Amino acid sequence: MGNFTRRGFIRSGGSLVLLGVTAGIGLKTTNVFAQDTVKLGLLHSLSGTIAIAEASLVDAERLAVDEINAAGGVLGKQIEVVIEDGASENPVFAEKARKLLERDKVAAIIGCYTSASRKAVLPALRRAKGLLYYPTYYEGQERDDHVIYTSQEATQSVIAAVEWLAREKGKTFFLVGSDYIYPRVCNRIARATIERLGGTVVGEDYAPLGHTEFSSVISRIRSTKPDCVYSTVVGGSNVAFYKQLVASGLDGKRQTLLSTVVSENEIDGIGRDTAEGYYACMGYFQSIESAQNERFVKAFRAKYGENRVIGDPMQVAYNSVYLWKLAVERANSFDPDKVLAASGGIELDAPEGTVRIHDTNHHVWKKVRVGRARADGQFDIVWESTDLIEPNPFPTI
Amino acid sequence: MKLTREATEYLTVGLLAAVLLAFTMTLDPFRLNNVGKYLSFGFVAIGIVLTWGYGGVLSLGQGIFFGLGGYMMAMFLKLEASAPELPDFMVWSGIEALPVWWEPFYSLPITLVLIHLIPAVGAYLFAYAIFRKRVSGVYFAIVTLALAMTMTVLIVGAQSTIGGANGITDFRTFLGMDIVDDASKMVLYVLQVLVLFTVMLAALKLTNSRLGKILIAIRDKEDRVRFSGYNTAHVKAAVFALAAVLSAMGGAFYSLQTGLIAPSLIGVVASVEMVIYAAVGGRLSVPGAVVGAILIGFLKSYLSETFPEYWLYFLGSIFIFVVLFMPKGLAGFFDRLRVGRALGGEAR
Repeated sequence: MGNFTRRGFIRSGGSLVLLGVTAGIGLKTTNVFAQDTVKLGLLHSLSGTIAIAEASLVDAERLAVDEINAAGGVLGKQIEVVIEDGASENPVFAEKARKLLERDKVAAIIGCYTSASRKAVLPALRRAKGLLYYPTYYEGQERDDHVIYTSQEATQSVIAAVEWLAREKGKTFFLVGSDYIYPRVCNRIARATIERLGGTVVGEDYAPLGHTEFSSVISRIRSTKPDCVYSTVVGGSNVAFYKQLVASGLDGKRQTLLSTVVSENEIDGIGRDTAEGYYACMGYFQSIESAQNERFVKAFRAKYGENRVIGDPMQVAYNSVYLWKLAVERANSFDPDKVLAASGGIELDAPEGTVRIHDTNHHVWKKVRVGRARADGQFDIVWESTDLIEPNPFPTI
Repeated sequence: MKLTREATEYLTVGLLAAVLLAFTMTLDPFRLNNVGKYLSFGFVAIGIVLTWGYGGVLSLGQGIFFGLGGYMMAMFLKLEASAPELPDFMVWSGIEALPVWWEPFYSLPITLVLIHLIPAVGAYLFAYAIFRKRVSGVYFAIVTLALAMTMTVLIVGAQSTIGGANGITDFRTFLGMDIVDDASKMVLYVLQVLVLFTVMLAALKLTNSRLGKILIAIRDKEDRVRFSGYNTAHVKAAVFALAAVLSAMGGAFYSLQTGLIAPSLIGVVASVEMVIYAAVGGRLSVPGAVVGAILIGFLKSYLSETFPEYWLYFLGSIFIFVVLFMPKGLAGFFDRLRVGRALGGEAR
């Protein structure tokens, strides 16, 4: 009799002990409030499929934090960053956002890249009355009370890009994108703009996310012979898409193609030779000539290495930290509600030039630019909007 | 002897449930919610113990059923959260009328029935068709893997009707009860522990029944069982369907606990991870599998919080360690400890 209980008991009882121990570790990590620091959460994918595009945003954000700390901090407090890995998975983003807000009690989060990850953290933000700065261009259709959208929403880049194309390159368009919400919304805006300008859409095609076989799309482009291709193909698919375009003879010299999602970072993945001659429309290019940008690029390279390139989202991530700092200083408080209330109208002299937070819709006024990729992976800026463009996340189409 | 071994297993399950309930007093709301999330994978792990540990059928596609359960619960919650409007992602995509197949999910009873029925019927028919052709082992695993991939692609592609890559998020109430505040999360957690407790008891009952013995026999020598007149394809398909139902239950709880469901929970990585939960805990032990799910879930959270840039290396090393040195998982490891000590005692 003595034998039976011990056997099974040790077997499962042992695992229970282990469970208790791990729960204990969990309890130990409680908050320590320090008076002279303020916590800022940085929540991006450091692992998983999106990390290749997203991880470098953390570098830019840390640069801004270091600069601010060196200059005396925010309201006399040094910023202490808490970095969490969203691991390219929406549920992980949701968990980590809660952890940052409820356990670390961060004053704000700079984070997310895909719309999916942003959508996943909204409930946690609402629950904890938190504040998120979202530094990526996206499709719009959102204005959350707890989010400041610091990059261009779709109308800001798409309308400007299509108008520039129609003016400079011709009025027949082929629209191609990955099959998810950003390209679909962008193409709806593009279509409306093209019709307004008296142009025509000769084709519209979507490839599944992550798709690498574009021959049928390319043959449709060849047969419809559009003046311009507007592309919202995202991520790794671009490597295949651009290479197959070049292989079929539609390289950057023979075919006008403009993308609103290919920055310097993506070009590094696509290959500089392959991407040469194609266009992109962005808020920021590393090649912008201004004292602000020169200083920013120099500081970034000094910290992270001379061969690093800086794409639009990285620069916006950098700006986001400063926009938060300015709002905190205007509110004279770290309380997210007060910071949000003080945000409207805040202006920052950023590497991309002036950006200004909209009075009501939580997005930013900013310039956009069209660049043409060079052989060295940088862009020649061929057009720049004369004024700041108003954000309009809910366009009527 | 048999009865007493059984008694110990039941006792362990009881103890585990007691520890889980005690967590409500020792853990803060955030951690408790995390444990609730891990527990929803515990359901899946129990199913894997039954099909893989006992039945010898390895499925690398349990995420499919987890996703089915999760998505169905999410559809119910989303309709409640957005009523009387359409769900927000449909509005963005320009959908003007609710797709017909969303209609049943206005009702909770129908949702609950479908959460169990669809995975059960789907899994049984699928598995029976395959097992009847005497396809099994690694070939079956590959088919399930492919199905999991297919399912992810389908959902990611259906942005307008099921939320695509964004998944379905932002639930607010469950039958009018706020599910976001701490008190209701606590109620939900206790409910989940009780259901899990019942499921563990039922699973133990099954493994100790005649059916359990037939399963082991099929695993060890399927031909002989077939020659004895059993329809082994039917038995295996039935257990596979049972595991599918358990996965779907886990998925439904997951949606409730985390407030979202996403295609990444269905895919290959998620499905393989579910097998790892069972492997770490011990694929022959029902409570072991649940402990495995909690332990790995906890390690994922804890390691990634502590070492955000390197945590995957730690987790990977743990998996390799378990596979190399603890082939029967934690449960097997503690078993071996005891044997070692007993041998030492004899030598003296």
